[in-house]
Amino acid sequence: MSMEQPIIETRSLNLFYGSFQALINVDLQIQDRQITALIGPSGCGKSTLVRVFNRMNDLIDGVRVTGRVLVQAENIYAPSIDMIALRRKVGMVFQRPNPFPLTVAENITFGLEVHRSLPRSEFRRMIEESLKGVLLWEDLKDRLDAPALGLSLEQQQRLCIARVLAMKPKIILMDEPCSALDPIATMKIEDLMRELKRDYTIVIVTHNMQQAARASDFTAFMYLGELIEFGETKSLFRTPRVKRTEDYITGRFG
Amino acid sequence: MSTDERRLATKVRKVREFLIERTIFVSGITSIVIVALIFIFLLKEGLSIFLTESVFDFLGGQFWYPISDPAVFGILPLIAGSVLVTVGAAILSVPIGIASALYIAEIAPPRTKEVLKAGIELLAAIPSVIIGFIGMVTLGPLIKDLFDIPTGLTALTGSLTLAFMAMPTIVSIAEDAITAVPRQYREAAIAMGATKWQTTWKIVAVAARPGMVAAVMLGMGRVIGETMAVMMVTGNAALIPHSFLQPVRTLTATIAAEMGETVQGGDHYAALFAIGIVLFIITFLINAVTDLYLHRSVRK
Repeated sequence: MSMEQPIIETRSLNLFYGSFQALINVDLQIQDRQITALIGPSGCGKSTLVRVFNRMNDLIDGVRVTGRVLVQAENIYAPSIDMIALRRKVGMVFQRPNPFPLTVAENITFGLEVHRSLPRSEFRRMIEESLKGVLLWEDLKDRLDAPALGLSLEQQQRLCIARVLAMKPKIILMDEPCSALDPIATMKIEDLMRELKRDYTIVIVTHNMQQAARASDFTAFMYLGELIEFGETKSLFRTPRVKRTEDYITGRFG
Repeated sequence: MSTDERRLATKVRKVREFLIERTIFVSGITSIVIVALIFIFLLKEGLSIFLTESVFDFLGGQFWYPISDPAVFGILPLIAGSVLVTVGAAILSVPIGIASALYIAEIAPPRTKEVLKAGIELLAAIPSVIIGFIGMVTLGPLIKDLFDIPTGLTALTGSLTLAFMAMPTIVSIAEDAITAVPRQYREAAIAMGATKWQTTWKIVAVAARPGMVAAVMLGMGRVIGETMAVMMVTGNAALIPHSFLQPVRTLTATIAAEMGETVQGGDHYAALFAIGIVLFIITFLINAVTDLYLHRSVRK
């Protein structure tokens, strides 16, 4: 594979929860403005891996990381790292839509207030821009002060993406973003991901192989904490190099 | 099983269901009936005062001389006393109570948390007469010396004592509400780069607001209804207070202090019951306003 400078790179990454090793020697390169899918059976470490990139694993007691993780060539486990800046650069969308119990507008301005990244007079414009970015503006422009929890699940998940967009991140991590949605909503979110790819790098964890095959450019297959195979989605699904990958994508286990 | 047996079994099941449903219904309705009976009793005993004293003179009268001749039943000083003491207690206990709840729920390390929670529950278990007693012998003299006033038994002393009593209610209920805020909200806020403080203040505290309002209202309910402690520390002067450093007398303390001296069925007796009606209406209004607020914010 000939590639440019990766936006995320891990080198011999190991992660331990206490004495349990959840990630084993992971070397992975994620390309800028591409969609990279992490697949594998439950417990393979794909969610753990994606939570390394914005250091959300730090919230769990007893986590230990060795090796290097570079985001835009900066080691994010260096002691000098600014976590707040990191999480602004690397946004995250969760499995269950989790908009704050605030209004639609407040959900989007939360990040702006936290990072003081925009003057208040620009908030209105940013709300519009972010909602347009996730194709919610037409639906919600008259309901900006309505509670976010009153929206449909799909709209809530879009709003969660919109509030990440408002922070102007470089990378968006998505941890099974469609698992709470119905098939039609799932399709729409996948369409949205393809739109967003023009401006953002997307890393998506999914247990749904069809989704990885449909929506991603690169796929990483993980098993029991190891990165088994990584490559362009088309070739990985068409001609997997490793037997175990083939067994998984053909549904023989997992 | 024959058809007859099956029919019988169905019938038995139906009767049993019916009995269970009725029992639950009766238990549920009992509490409502009891409240209604209490209110009716209050009305029956208290309303006769308005034959001799007009409602306006009763509520707005500045003098409470129940045993003079002729007796004067104006409860404005008592209402003012109750309001002053309650407002003072709220000002003291609400910020501290909510802050402790946030500390216990969000910040304290697990061991500290356990100790604090146990301590607060213990605090709630202290009988009010003991708190009143401690307030009377320690707080009273302290306030007397501190402000150089003739008596330490003042509205301020009452507010402090009652704030202390409302705190366990406010802290433990607010803490439950904060702990019940789903993890996902915190995760989302942290993932957006919010600090612990920003997450707590802007997201968790907002999500827990209905519960915190309920906590405050229950705490205030305890304050308004509290009798023993407040009677011991406020000095019991039925005068309209002009500052926190004057003795006051509350609605509750008046009933408790004077009921023993009245003649059943007399004007004084009826006046005390009418005070009961006023208290009942005040607490009812507080509950109703809280309920309205909570329903509104849930719908919102």
